[in-house]
Amino acid sequence: MTLHFRSIEEVGTERIHRLLDLTEHMAAVGRRPNPKVPALRGKTVCNLFFEDSTRTRMSFDLAAKRLSADTMTLAVSSSSVNKGESLRDTVETLDAMGVDAFVVRHRTSGVPWQVASWTPAAVVNAGDGWHAHPTQALLDAYTIRHRRGLTNDFSGIRVAIVGDIRHSRVARSTTEILQLLGAEVIHVAPRTLLPPTSDVATTTHLDDVISEVDVLYMLRMQRERMGAGIVPDGGEYSRRFALDERRAAALRSDALLMHPGPMNRGVEMMVDPTELQQSTILDQVTNGIAARMAVLFDLLGSGGIEE
Amino acid sequence: MTHRKQVLGPEDVRRAVTRMAHEIIERNRGVDDVVLLGMQRGGVWLAQLLGSEIARIASAVPIGTIDVSLHRDDIGMRPVTPGTSSDVPTEIQESTVVLVDDVLYTGRTVRAALDAVSDFGRPRAIQLAVLIDRGHRELPIRPDFIGKNLPTSSEEEVEVTPDGVTIIEGVDKP
Amino acid sequence: MMNKEAVLFAGGLVVDESGERHFDVRVRDGLVVETGSDLAAGDEERVDISGCILAPGFVDLHTHLREPGMPEAETIETGSRAAALGGYTAVVAMPNTDPTQDCVEVVEFVSKRGREIGLCDVRPSGSITIGRAGAQLTPFADLAAVGVHLFTDDGSGVQDEGLMRRALEYAGELGVVLAQHCEVASLTAGAVMHEGECCSHLGLPGWPSLAEELMVHRDIELSRLTGSPVHLLHLSTARSVELVRGAKADGLPVTAEATPHHISLTDERLSSFDTRYKVNPPLRTMADIEAVKAGLLDGTIDAIATDHAPHPSAAKDRPLDEAPPGMLGLETALGVARAHLDCSWQHLIGALSWRPARIAGLSDRHGRPVSEGEPANLVVIDPDPDWQVDPSALASRSRNTPYIGIDLKSRVRHTMFEGRMVVRDGIATA
Repeated sequence: MTLHFRSIEEVGTERIHRLLDLTEHMAAVGRRPNPKVPALRGKTVCNLFFEDSTRTRMSFDLAAKRLSADTMTLAVSSSSVNKGESLRDTVETLDAMGVDAFVVRHRTSGVPWQVASWTPAAVVNAGDGWHAHPTQALLDAYTIRHRRGLTNDFSGIRVAIVGDIRHSRVARSTTEILQLLGAEVIHVAPRTLLPPTSDVATTTHLDDVISEVDVLYMLRMQRERMGAGIVPDGGEYSRRFALDERRAAALRSDALLMHPGPMNRGVEMMVDPTELQQSTILDQVTNGIAARMAVLFDLLGSGGIEE
Repeated sequence: MTHRKQVLGPEDVRRAVTRMAHEIIERNRGVDDVVLLGMQRGGVWLAQLLGSEIARIASAVPIGTIDVSLHRDDIGMRPVTPGTSSDVPTEIQESTVVLVDDVLYTGRTVRAALDAVSDFGRPRAIQLAVLIDRGHRELPIRPDFIGKNLPTSSEEEVEVTPDGVTIIEGVDKP
Repeated sequence: MMNKEAVLFAGGLVVDESGERHFDVRVRDGLVVETGSDLAAGDEERVDISGCILAPGFVDLHTHLREPGMPEAETIETGSRAAALGGYTAVVAMPNTDPTQDCVEVVEFVSKRGREIGLCDVRPSGSITIGRAGAQLTPFADLAAVGVHLFTDDGSGVQDEGLMRRALEYAGELGVVLAQHCEVASLTAGAVMHEGECCSHLGLPGWPSLAEELMVHRDIELSRLTGSPVHLLHLSTARSVELVRGAKADGLPVTAEATPHHISLTDERLSSFDTRYKVNPPLRTMADIEAVKAGLLDGTIDAIATDHAPHPSAAKDRPLDEAPPGMLGLETALGVARAHLDCSWQHLIGALSWRPARIAGLSDRHGRPVSEGEPANLVVIDPDPDWQVDPSALASRSRNTPYIGIDLKSRVRHTMFEGRMVVRDGIATA
């Protein structure tokens, strides 16, 4: 049965622990003078990106290349997809070229599962709709583990995720992995930016939690949501939910400030995070390579636990 | 049913290590520019032991470790999880690297180690020190320093610790 | 047309609106000519139906035949064949064709084609508004004059309350029935599945139950105001059933239908992201399924209607938001209904046959009692087998059925349309 990496839930606890340890290993590889290893030589990784995302795409591409895999990229914006060619046709055509793993990003939830039904290759979810972004979750968890010197047990760690939870695959996946590791998660957002139902603790008052959390995770707030009657226009969102000077000062000195990028300065970020020592934002980018190397190696290189 | 037979005791191991230390010093005309790298995982303790012998006889040498799991030639063929790391002193450029392992068998792990070492720089020379050479080479690899030659059959397994070397028969091979 | 056959159905259990009885049934020249126990053999073909049920043929209030306009999905011919295999002797063809069934020309095209094929009675419905655009009224009287009895904008609901009121007032005096696809569009923008726990978890835009219930409530009240009958299509929520129960208790001329998929599949099916489960209204929760079943059992919901919605694989093999909603239904309706409804054969067949026949205005020829002089529109049901759908054996041109690999109960053995065997031993004769 083919292994995939499509959602944290699907992967499960044991594999997540192993992937976190593997990420550590890959991060060490990345610090070497020659950060490249021959582990996936001869394997082909196809990036199937239906949504504009240069950063994530480059991160996956580099991760594959660091493992000596061959890469190919089909970067398609939805409007240019030939209406006559279904998603299935696209996948089957590429599959016939000999692909060992597809890395798929699409604006609609569920596409990685659909793709997996049309190819025997492994499928990595690089972000599907509002649903899941498991490699982001892995690098986020690793970043927290590394910065705070933790093991794979995050008991006692409190994380607040702030922003457009409803439309955020990062929020869903990162919440899943944090809970799986034993952390306590709270979502901070106005009601219209929360999913219709949720079993995660929520609050609409950022100021109630900011000085207590171990991790403050800011989500990107798209300006389009303000136009669409989901939240009021103008500065109200920022006043209620943005990280400004006052809130940045209220953060504990040992707390972590995280953001999946890219930031909307002036919307959810009113301060420059590079001036805050709690910021892990650049670490997240670096760790993204290691995490994606771990995922690709897990799917195409290893087959289980060494005796 | 496994059958264990100890072929070397702790004293034998210490004597072999001392002899190998002398050989390394002699072959390299002193230990300037020599770096010991213990191969994960079996060679790490041995490199430490060799290193302290060399330090006692001559002078201290840098000791590191090398992990080869991402350079193996059987990736994807059997399960492997790298859980150990490489810790290489940066002075291997132009150094003589002595790879240290407990058992030399098919030679494939050493081949992977040669690859892994070159990720860290270009040593002037790479030499190989093993406590036990059990034969059955599958690649043209030969050790420079040997503790003991121990012919075995492929149904046997060899266990090496500071307390001795044991041959185990009747083990299920993967 | 073709030869009318002479057949003696022997050894079966006749089930119709008047009751059940172990009678043989003799058919000649398109009519039932004799029924009774152990009829003497004549010169007609003897068809042994021991262990089977003989009933009036089924009537589907809600089928998409896709012709004119989408032949890659289905044609009137392939749809008629699928209907016959499902035991249907009449189907009401939905008007969201291309061009829309909003004028006499298109309606007559569909009727004529259905007659040419001759596998079942194809009755086109008309749209309520021209082009289903929700703005101008269709010429109801013109279409009624060529046999249209049901009008609906199905595919969408009529959003404008004022327009719907006027449509009901105007149509009421013509003796036709307006049917509604209840969906308040502003609440369902972008939705691909039911709004609830499952969609929150899967990160998919949801269709709240309220979007259906608001329009159900509205049209019940408009029926009350205008006195005109209203038929509510594919009800899917517990509260919708409750609202209709109340309407009937008040004696309002409101009827309702539900689909086999809304009594058998929940929204959790979408966890596989398989687009075969995407449908409007969406699959809902177990509680909704139980309420819809209860509604079918107590008569609040009058009929089972398939909402047979064929789509070619090229259309369904797309991301969830692009894939069109809908599933096949004609060939599996009986099997699913029997597997999920715990009731007598008479009640079940009533929901498939005479009650929808009445709503469709077809009860002069369909859903009739099985007795002397009645038109021979009949179905023979084999109650026993558990069976599974074989996709390659479907008569429909499309393959978007959610029931592959699922056990269904009971299947159609023979279908007789206007005295001709159009399905014999589970195989279409033409």
